Amino acid sequence: MTDNKKIQISDLNVFAGKFQILKNINIELPENKITVILGPSGCGKTTLLKCMNRLTDLYPELKVTGDIRISGNNILAAREDIYKLRQNMGLLSQRPYPLPMTIYNNIAYGLKLRGVKKRREIHKLVVHYLQQANLWEEVRTRLREPASRLSIGQQQRLCLARGLAVSPGIILADEPTSALDPISSQYIEQKFLELKNDYTIVLVTHVLRQARRIADYVVFMYLGEVIEQGDVHEVFENPKMEKTKLYLGGTFN
Amino acid sequence: MTLGQKIEEKIFKVLMIIATYFILAVLAVIIYSIFEKGVKALSWEILTQIPKGGYYYGKGGGILNAILGSLCLAFGATLLAFLIGLPVALYINVFLIRWKKVVAFIRFLLDLIWGIPSIVYGAFGFTMMIYLGLQTSLLAGIITVTLFILPIMIRSMDEILRTVPYGLMEASYSLGSNKSETAFKIFTRQTISGIITAILLSFGRAIGDAASVLFTAGYTDHLPNSLLEPVATLPLSIFFQLSSPVPAVQDRAYASALVLTMIILIVSLFSRGLGKRYHKTKINF
Ligand SMILES: Nc1ncnc2c1ncn2[C@@H]1O[C@H](COP(=O)(O)OP(=O)(O)OP(=O)(O)O)[C@@H](O)[C@H]1O
Ligand SMILES: [Mg+2]
Repeated sequence: MTDNKKIQISDLNVFAGKFQILKNINIELPENKITVILGPSGCGKTTLLKCMNRLTDLYPELKVTGDIRISGNNILAAREDIYKLRQNMGLLSQRPYPLPMTIYNNIAYGLKLRGVKKRREIHKLVVHYLQQANLWEEVRTRLREPASRLSIGQQQRLCLARGLAVSPGIILADEPTSALDPISSQYIEQKFLELKNDYTIVLVTHVLRQARRIADYVVFMYLGEVIEQGDVHEVFENPKMEKTKLYLGGTFN
Repeated sequence: MTLGQKIEEKIFKVLMIIATYFILAVLAVIIYSIFEKGVKALSWEILTQIPKGGYYYGKGGGILNAILGSLCLAFGATLLAFLIGLPVALYINVFLIRWKKVVAFIRFLLDLIWGIPSIVYGAFGFTMMIYLGLQTSLLAGIITVTLFILPIMIRSMDEILRTVPYGLMEASYSLGSNKSETAFKIFTRQTISGIITAILLSFGRAIGDAASVLFTAGYTDHLPNSLLEPVATLPLSIFFQLSSPVPAVQDRAYASALVLTMIILIVSLFSRGLGKRYHKTKINF
């Protein structure tokens, strides 16, 4: 492949005490593409995403070694400006965690962190990102209500809008459609396909058909190890490893 | 379920019911006796006047000095304890997140000093006053009571801040917030109703304690007018009136107790309302 490699992970190991969550991960994720991470529950997908924006720092029990290069910089090096780094990545977590404030402020919060100051500008962008996440029509009359009132699926889309609003170069999405109805899921998939022109997207999903529809690059993990990685067609149509075949065939887990 | 288990469950259920209603009954009796004796001694005069000469032997006047003194002292101490306590509680929960052992040790210490009786704080406050050259005064009382309620304030805010889920913290950081922003903008908002409860709890302690103000705030029949002069407080006022040989003055002690109870009730209802208002934005996980 001739694509630029946006994220290069080499010899990444994560330990929780004696238990090794990630074992010697070596992967390269292409820029402005959608990389899908597949694997059975508990294989370490979420942990891998958290390594990429160093949320692992919050867990003293986790020990991370190795290299994660994003546009060439090793972000695991202690001296990286971690807050800037995180601002450059939108994270959609497995469960939506809206901020304890109004719907409007959930988006405005990130904008203000980004340095947008004018109220008019903020308003315009809030509307824009809510539209991007396909939530605008539902909330346009209730922007001042607390985000806690939204349904889980709406919260998930709010979190997407919030993540986009910090205008990251990378989107890390952990099963972003798991609580959504088929229409909204489809919309989000569509959105990701549009967004990949400007963003590098890393998506964790359990839905194989979804992976097939939108992935450019696929990483298959099993028990903390990367079993196979490659272009979506290669991996889906011609998996080299036995475990990948079984997983894609739906015969285990 | 076997018969044995059924009987066991019955017994425990009955025990729980008895214990609950016993406590409620005791509370009711206390409140009833305060009301019963207090209401008849309660008057406009007692609420709005300061003690006249010979008040404690049955002459006229009131306890306005103690009401205002207690309010000044409790508000002052609660405010000070809040301003110190909130940053400490946030520091423990946001900044020290990677140092679990240190946090556990701090909590242990705070729980220990929580248990120190208030008279010890009074004695400590007195020593401190000598050291600083302070006389018995509102200021000395506020400082002492602040120290006394700080562990309560910090630990109760700490307990509520602990309930903030990791996912919310991750969300905040992943948007690029730093630690102070996460602490002051996310954690406090998520827990605001609990923080208000913590303030209220501390206020109740501050206004109700006699031993810590005995040597430090002193007592006076005048209204509080300066930080550097002694103030009267309701608990001490109750004590002095109860020690009077005159039954009518003893009844006034109950009226004062009633006033104290009412103040706590009003503050409590007020902060409940405030808590409810802010509760809406809290995310329930
Ligand atoms: N902080 C932690 N301490 C100890 N073990 C952890 C920690 N975080 C994750 N683990 C363990 O690491 C393994 C991988 O967890 P992870 O959440 O990354 O799985 P996952 O692939 O995202 O699974 P799922 O598909 O169910 O979301 C699990 O066995 C989990 O118990
Ligand atoms: Mg996961």
